Amino acid sequence: MAKAVAARSDGAGSGAGQPAGQPAGAPNLDRIIHERIRLGIVSVLAVRESASFNDLKKLLRTTDGNLSVHARKLEEAGYITCTKFFEGRLPKTEYRLTDEGRLALERYLDHMEALIRAMRDGAAGAAASAGS
Amino acid sequence: MQASRPAPQSEPAGIHARAMDNLRYIRETMERAGSFTAVPGWGIFLVGLTALAAAVIAPGSPGRWVGVWMGEAVLALLVAGAATIRKASALRIPLMDVPAKRFALSFAPPMLAGALLTVAAFRAGFDTALPGMWLLLYGAGIVTGGTFSVRVVPIMGLSFMAAGAAALFTPAAWNDIIMAAGFGGLHLVFGVIIARRYGG
Repeated sequence: MAKAVAARSDGAGSGAGQPAGQPAGAPNLDRIIHERIRLGIVSVLAVRESASFNDLKKLLRTTDGNLSVHARKLEEAGYITCTKFFEGRLPKTEYRLTDEGRLALERYLDHMEALIRAMRDGAAGAAASAGS
Repeated sequence: MQASRPAPQSEPAGIHARAMDNLRYIRETMERAGSFTAVPGWGIFLVGLTALAAAVIAPGSPGRWVGVWMGEAVLALLVAGAATIRKASALRIPLMDVPAKRFALSFAPPMLAGALLTVAAFRAGFDTALPGMWLLLYGAGIVTGGTFSVRVVPIMGLSFMAAGAAALFTPAAWNDIIMAAGFGGLHLVFGVIIARRYGG
C-alpha cells in the first residue's frame, strides 16, 4: 500500500503515451489512472467482469511490454488483480478491477467533469461581465 | 521554468480540451470493450442480395421453396461469418471476446428453435406459416444478441419481428414478397447503415 501511495504522488505515468500531462490547475489528479494505457485498462475492466492479457492488448492496440508494465503499476496500486492460470496447456493471464480501482475511476471521472464544468462556468462568467 | 509554460490565457482552454479528450477516450474504450462491434455492415448487405436472389428462384413446389431458403440460410451464415472475421481483423479487435460470445450465445437459441420448428411445421404441412416464423425467430435472435452490440442491431431485430408478424397475419400469397422485403430489403437497408456508421 505504501508503494501504491508513493506511486500516486510521485508522478508515475508521465512519459510516452500520456497525451494529457498533469494540468497545472489539477493538482489532485490520480496520476496512476491518468496515463492513457492505464486509463484504458481500467475503462475496459469497468464494463467487463474480467479481461485477458490478449483481449486488453488488442482492445488498447498496444504491445506486450507496454501493457505488462502498465498493468503491473495498476496491480501494485491495488486497482486491479491479476490471475495466472493454464487453459489446457496454454498459460493465461486474467485481470479484474478491484473496488478500489472502480472508486479511483469514479473519482477520476468526477475530477474531469469538475474541470470541464469549472471552465464552462468561468467562460460564462467572463461573457456575462463583458456584456454588463 | 516559467518560459516553458503556455500563455496564461490558453492554459484553461488546454485543460478543458484535455479533460474532454480523456472523457471521450474512456467512453470510446468502454464502448469498444462492452459491445460486439464486429457486426459486418457490408456482409449483411451481401446477405440481403443473396436473399433477394433466393426470393426470385424459390417459388415452385413447397419442397423446392423450403430447400432454396434453407440453402440461403446456410449461405447467409457463411457470408456473415466470413465478413465478421474480416471486419474483426480490420478493426484489430478480438473475434471471440466476451461481447462476441454473448452475442453468439444469445443469437443461437432462437436459430436452433427455428431449425427444429421448420422440420416439424414442414412435416405437418404448415409451410405457409414458415415465413412469419422465420422472420420472427431471426428477429428475436438479433434483438437478444443485439443487446451486446451497437444500438442499431436490436432495432434491426425489431424490424424483422415486425415483418414476421405481418407475414403471419397476411394472405399466404404475400409470403414471397414479405420474404424478399424482410430477408432481402431489411438486410440491405441495415447493412448500409451499419457499414456507414460502424466502420464497414
